[in-house]
Amino acid sequence: MWTYEKKLQYPVKVSECNPRLARFLIEQYGGADGELSAALRYLNQRYSIPDKVIGLLTDIGTEEFAHLEMIAAMVYKLTKDATPDQLKEAGLGPHYANHDKALFYHDAAGNPWTATYIQAKGDPIADLYEDIAAEEKARATYQWIINMSDDPCLNDSLKFLREREIVHSQRFREAVEILKQERDKKQYF
Amino acid sequence: MNPPREQTELMEKIQQVDFALVELTLYLDTHPQDYRAIQQFNQLATESRQLKSQYEQQFGPLRQFGGSYSAYPWNWNDSPWPWQM
Ligand SMILES: [Fe+2]
Repeated sequence: MWTYEKKLQYPVKVSECNPRLARFLIEQYGGADGELSAALRYLNQRYSIPDKVIGLLTDIGTEEFAHLEMIAAMVYKLTKDATPDQLKEAGLGPHYANHDKALFYHDAAGNPWTATYIQAKGDPIADLYEDIAAEEKARATYQWIINMSDDPCLNDSLKFLREREIVHSQRFREAVEILKQERDKKQYF
Repeated sequence: MNPPREQTELMEKIQQVDFALVELTLYLDTHPQDYRAIQQFNQLATESRQLKSQYEQQFGPLRQFGGSYSAYPWNWNDSPWPWQM
C-alpha cells in the first residue's frame, strides 16, 4: 500500500501570482512526459520486470508522485490570487471556462492526459530504455520551462526537479546493466 | 496564512534529511553492497524519525494511517496542507 506524508519533497515558493507560468507548468502535470505519466509508467511496469529492479521502479515511481504534488503546489500558488481576467490574459481562458481554478490532467496545450503516453512492453530492456528516454524528455521539458520563467523562487524548485530526472535516468541505466549481467550469467552457466 | 518561522525551519530540516534518504534508497537499489551507504542510510532513518516526532509535538501529525499519534480532537485534517504552506 501507499501512505501519505503531510510534506512536500522539496519546498515550493513563488515570487508572485503568475498564471502564464502555471499554464506552461501544466505540461509536467498532465503532459506526455510529465510526472503523472512517469509515476504510472514505472509502477505499472513493476509487475512484469525481473525481481532485481522491482525495488527501483517502486521507489522512483513513488518519488514521481511527490513531484506531481510539487507541480500541483506550484500551479496552485501561481494561480490562487488570479482574477478571471488575468487567467484569460495568460491564455488560461479555455481552462477557466471548463475547470475554474481546478487542476486537470492535461498538457500545456490543453490535450487531456492519455494512457497512450506510457508503454509497457513486458520486455525488461525495452521498458527500461523507455524509462530512460522518459526521464531525458522530462529533464528537457524542465529546462524549457526554466528558460521561459523569470521567477527565481520557482526556478529553484524546478531545478531540483530537473536534477531528479538526471538521477533517475542514471539509476535506470544502471538497472539495464544489472539485467544484462543477469542475462549473461544465465547464458554461461 | 504563513506558518511560523520555526515550523518552516523544522520542516526544511526534515526535507533535507528525507531527501538524503530518497537519494540513498535509489542508489542502494542499484548498489546493494555499499556498506557505508547503508550505514549512512540507517543513521539518517533514525534522525528522520526523531525530527518528525519533534515536529509533530509542535505542529501536528505528518504521517498517515497511524504513522503519527493524534491529539484530541482528531488533528490529522488540520490545515495547512503542504501546498498551503
Ligand atoms: Fe523522474
